[in-house]
Amino acid sequence: MRRGGSGLAAALPLLWLAVFFAFPFMLVGRLSLSDTALSIPPYTPRIDWNQGIAGLQTFARGLDIEAYARLISDTLYLDAWLSSLRLAGIATVLLLIIGYPIAYGISRCPPALRQALVMAVILPFWTSFLIRIYAWIAILKPAGVLNIALGALGLPPVDILNTEIAVLLGLVYAYLPFMVLPLYAVLDRQDHSLIEAAQDLGATPFSAFWRVTFPLSLSGAAAGALLCFIPMSGEFVIPDLLGGSETLMLGRVIWTEFFANRDWPAASAVAIALLATLLVPILLFERQQKQVIA
Amino acid sequence: MNGRAQIGGIRSSFAPWEDPAAKPLVRFEGVSRAFGDTAAVRSVDLSIYEGEFFALLGPSGCGKTTLMRLLAGFESPDAGRILLEGRDISSCPPHQRPIHMMFQAYALFPHLSVAGNIAFGLKRQGVPRTEIGPRVEEMLSLMKLEGLGGRRPDQLSGGQRQRVALARALAPRPRILLLDEPMAALDRKLREETQFELMAVQQSLGMTFMIVTHDQDEAMVVADRIAIMRAGEIVQIGRPAEIYETPVDRYVAGFVGDVNLFEGRAEADPAGVRVVSPEGSFVAEGVATPGQTAWLAVRPEKIAVHAEPPPPGENCLAGKIVDYGYLGDWTTYLVEVETGRTLRAARANATRSVDRPLGCDDPVWLTFAPSSAVILTR
Repeated sequence: MRRGGSGLAAALPLLWLAVFFAFPFMLVGRLSLSDTALSIPPYTPRIDWNQGIAGLQTFARGLDIEAYARLISDTLYLDAWLSSLRLAGIATVLLLIIGYPIAYGISRCPPALRQALVMAVILPFWTSFLIRIYAWIAILKPAGVLNIALGALGLPPVDILNTEIAVLLGLVYAYLPFMVLPLYAVLDRQDHSLIEAAQDLGATPFSAFWRVTFPLSLSGAAAGALLCFIPMSGEFVIPDLLGGSETLMLGRVIWTEFFANRDWPAASAVAIALLATLLVPILLFERQQKQVIA
Repeated sequence: MNGRAQIGGIRSSFAPWEDPAAKPLVRFEGVSRAFGDTAAVRSVDLSIYEGEFFALLGPSGCGKTTLMRLLAGFESPDAGRILLEGRDISSCPPHQRPIHMMFQAYALFPHLSVAGNIAFGLKRQGVPRTEIGPRVEEMLSLMKLEGLGGRRPDQLSGGQRQRVALARALAPRPRILLLDEPMAALDRKLREETQFELMAVQQSLGMTFMIVTHDQDEAMVVADRIAIMRAGEIVQIGRPAEIYETPVDRYVAGFVGDVNLFEGRAEADPAGVRVVSPEGSFVAEGVATPGQTAWLAVRPEKIAVHAEPPPPGENCLAGKIVDYGYLGDWTTYLVEVETGRTLRAARANATRSVDRPLGCDDPVWLTFAPSSAVILTR
């Protein structure tokens, strides 16, 4: 009875992963090994199911790694890959610097206020993500809110829309909750008697923070950093809307290959390459989560 | 050990509180602390002396923990002041007080090794690096934790964690060590061992310890003096034997050990005070104003249980056994007397009596000497 029940419970997530992850991943993987063709859909080879096993064999012979070879030979992809990781990396550092004081501040508030502040962190999710990014265009554009405010203060206008600065602003803004919440979770859970013990043993309030609170919150910082870094590396909407044509990020490269160039194999190869790169931080995240549980 | 006699764990000649010239190490003067409308500590006056093992005993919510936290510096008094060696430390933050605490759940730093935990206070004190290692080793061997310096707290047993917490608090050599329910997380057997170890450590270091506990046995075993607290106030301070044998009121008598109480009108008697209660009229040593309501208190082990009627005399009750509990060393009898009340009498099982002579429904006679009972007027 029990075993059957737990088996069913395990089957559900497995089924979910099979349908919505493994199967699409195989499709993308197969596309990345195909060649472009002037047809609908625009790639070869395709499986001729009428020929049975022979059809599958013909199909398998048609697969090659040409798309991947192009990824290496054309520096555009390498540049986009490096640029994505660089922007995601800078944004992650900024998020840590901004998110930590916010999470720490909330965790030190009285309980009633804490709830309200956590709510406030989550509140932006109630508005469409796209609308919020468009709002940043309105803020950053040459005659936008930012420049009106700067003008009112007698300061020269800045033109940062369509630059990496705008992309970083957008990334930091959009991902802040994903940094604050895991940090808040560890800080809130922290046993307050540890801080008292540190102070009791002669640590000043700052020293107690630095030697006890901070090292014990690193697991939350790691979780937040990975939770932000991984999706930011593949981010498409923010660089597309806020970044200029010179902002190269892999998300945009995939979009361009797929929709503008109709080069599905190249787009798929880029997607797989990105996933392979992100596997490193994802595995790190997994390991870190296991440590937290242990 | 500072020239104190030690007989069977109790230092009978150590009593600085009886010396009017002795300067207390810690002094609470009219200290009060309220949380909202609740007064946790009310105008407490208390002196603790160098080298003393002092216990704060009381039920949960009596203010004993707040009193300890006031001394550690985690709370500040609303009124009154706290002196350490004559210096007012009321407004001194915890990290500047040479007072360390062993926390109830130990509060060991999970990210530091055992040695790192013990060294924490030494480093904050600015002890030179070259000295920290030997001092940590010294604490490890004192606490019988040799070889465990590299372990993390979560790799230790409950008893080992407790020792690490004690070592960590002792390492910087505080003027007074505070222990907040230190044995609450240990099982009974380990708790008893630890109590004796704690006393041995306190004696060998000659340090002043203050323990907060709700466990009267624990307080009786370890402490030189006990302060009984109720509703934020100290009801009685004294040696364990004083608290047990001469409680100041019914609360103390009932909180420390079991007691049988007879309520009645007090009358003068050559042997002390006679209390005329529904169960009979009994005599005990003590002081009461004739005519006032008084309580005669007698502990179960001071009542003799007889299977045959004793010769006529004072302080005798007839009844029958309704229940008994055989504890190995003691047997506790519940005896119902004529008024229907049940009294408790305990008898040491001095001989092996496998064919127990007394059992349920057996008629018995209870007697006690006037000097074995006390008169309470509160």
